Amino acid sequence: MTSETVVALSKLISEFKAEILSEWIDHQLKDPARSQSVPEASIRTNSAEFIKLFEVAAAKGNLVDISKPEWEEVQHMLSELSATRAVQGSTPTDTAKFIFSLKQPLFNRLNTAHGQTTSEAAKSVWELSLLLDKLGLHTTEAFQRTRESVIRRQQKEMMEMSTPVIKIWEGVLAVPLIGTLDSARTQIVMEALLQKIVDTGSKIAILDITGVPTVDTQTAQHLMKTVAATRLMGAECIISGIRPQIAQTIVHLGIDINDIVTKATMADAIKEALYRGGWVFERQLDSASISR
Amino acid sequence: MRSAVKMHAEDIGFSKLNQTKIVTTASELGRNVLEHGNGGRVMIEHIKELDRSGLRMIFQDEGPGIDNVEKALVDGYTSKCGLGLGLSGSKRLMDDFELVSQPNNGTTITVTKWT
Ligand SMILES: Nc1ncnc2c1ncn2[C@@H]1O[C@H](COP(=O)(O)OP(=O)(O)O)[C@@H](O)[C@H]1O
Ligand SMILES: [Mg+2]
Repeated sequence: MTSETVVALSKLISEFKAEILSEWIDHQLKDPARSQSVPEASIRTNSAEFIKLFEVAAAKGNLVDISKPEWEEVQHMLSELSATRAVQGSTPTDTAKFIFSLKQPLFNRLNTAHGQTTSEAAKSVWELSLLLDKLGLHTTEAFQRTRESVIRRQQKEMMEMSTPVIKIWEGVLAVPLIGTLDSARTQIVMEALLQKIVDTGSKIAILDITGVPTVDTQTAQHLMKTVAATRLMGAECIISGIRPQIAQTIVHLGIDINDIVTKATMADAIKEALYRGGWVFERQLDSASISR
Repeated sequence: MRSAVKMHAEDIGFSKLNQTKIVTTASELGRNVLEHGNGGRVMIEHIKELDRSGLRMIFQDEGPGIDNVEKALVDGYTSKCGLGLGLSGSKRLMDDFELVSQPNNGTTITVTKWT
């Protein structure tokens, strides 16, 4: 099938490797759209390494199916390169251009070299073009995969960050919930809360839902599960921050929260928690510096 | 989906309470489409009649359907492990509620809230 192209290509690379390489690197460095996140030194080393692996793989005679073992090292190298660049903040286009910019230096010489007839040269250009397209797409896919895993990790970190469990008084914890309370969030909140109950020996946990936009039956079910788990640990929950319209909606839905202690505001919940803990406060008016 | 519904409800001029009722209904019926109906479509319409205007939402799926609609609308009935209050609760939260479903032929629920 592509034996002529294989021969032409391997001759070309072995003869003009240095020129192709320097022209290719030049192309990449002079690209006006080049993102500055990739240092020049790594462009140079990546290019040299790629040409070396590419030459070995291409010499095996298969220029069509890059999923075959002979292309494994090339694929691996490109995956790593894409992953590194994704983390460095490069774009997918920029990363794919690493491969596409090799076309011109290669094709320039295929046209002129080695006494191929014009139609033979054209065929070789076509076949090589397809091959480089596949390798370019491979970089894009690898780039995307890395991006996705970065996003997943950040989501998880954000979820953990956005659900702090705060000890606000001896024996009293507070959890300000913000955002949609889906199953994953509930799981994270519950684990963090139960752990903190153990660590601090707290008896009361205030779950504040001021920042939860909608409370539907699923959210309610998640809250009830958290309350039940807290009880099993020997502590009690108070749910605060229930806005009037949410309270009415809960009632219309028919959700039974009779055995859950609820308070309108976090302040009310704190007062209740301290009262239950036996704390009594007294305000000394003559030393109060804030008025209400 | 929830934020799109909220935007429309705000635009039409619903009170905070009715906005909350509408968004909660969208959340319930939307989740049913995903959970019980294997996914489907949601349409949101702003309807204007001579003497009134409102918001209509249509939830449509080609899932397994509901074989006993009456039973599904009973408070607390669930075929999975939900609270079983999504359908009956939505009916109470909205002004109009229409459920069309046949076993193996999908489910369409149309709900309307008037301003
Ligand atoms: N779109 C749907 N397609 C098929 N079955 C549905 C659909 N919506 C609701 N159901 C059925 O009706 C039951 C009651 O729904 P719902 O009141 O929302 O309670 P839950 O979702 O908590 O089970 C569901 O358990 C399910 O069997
Ligand atoms: Mg439901």
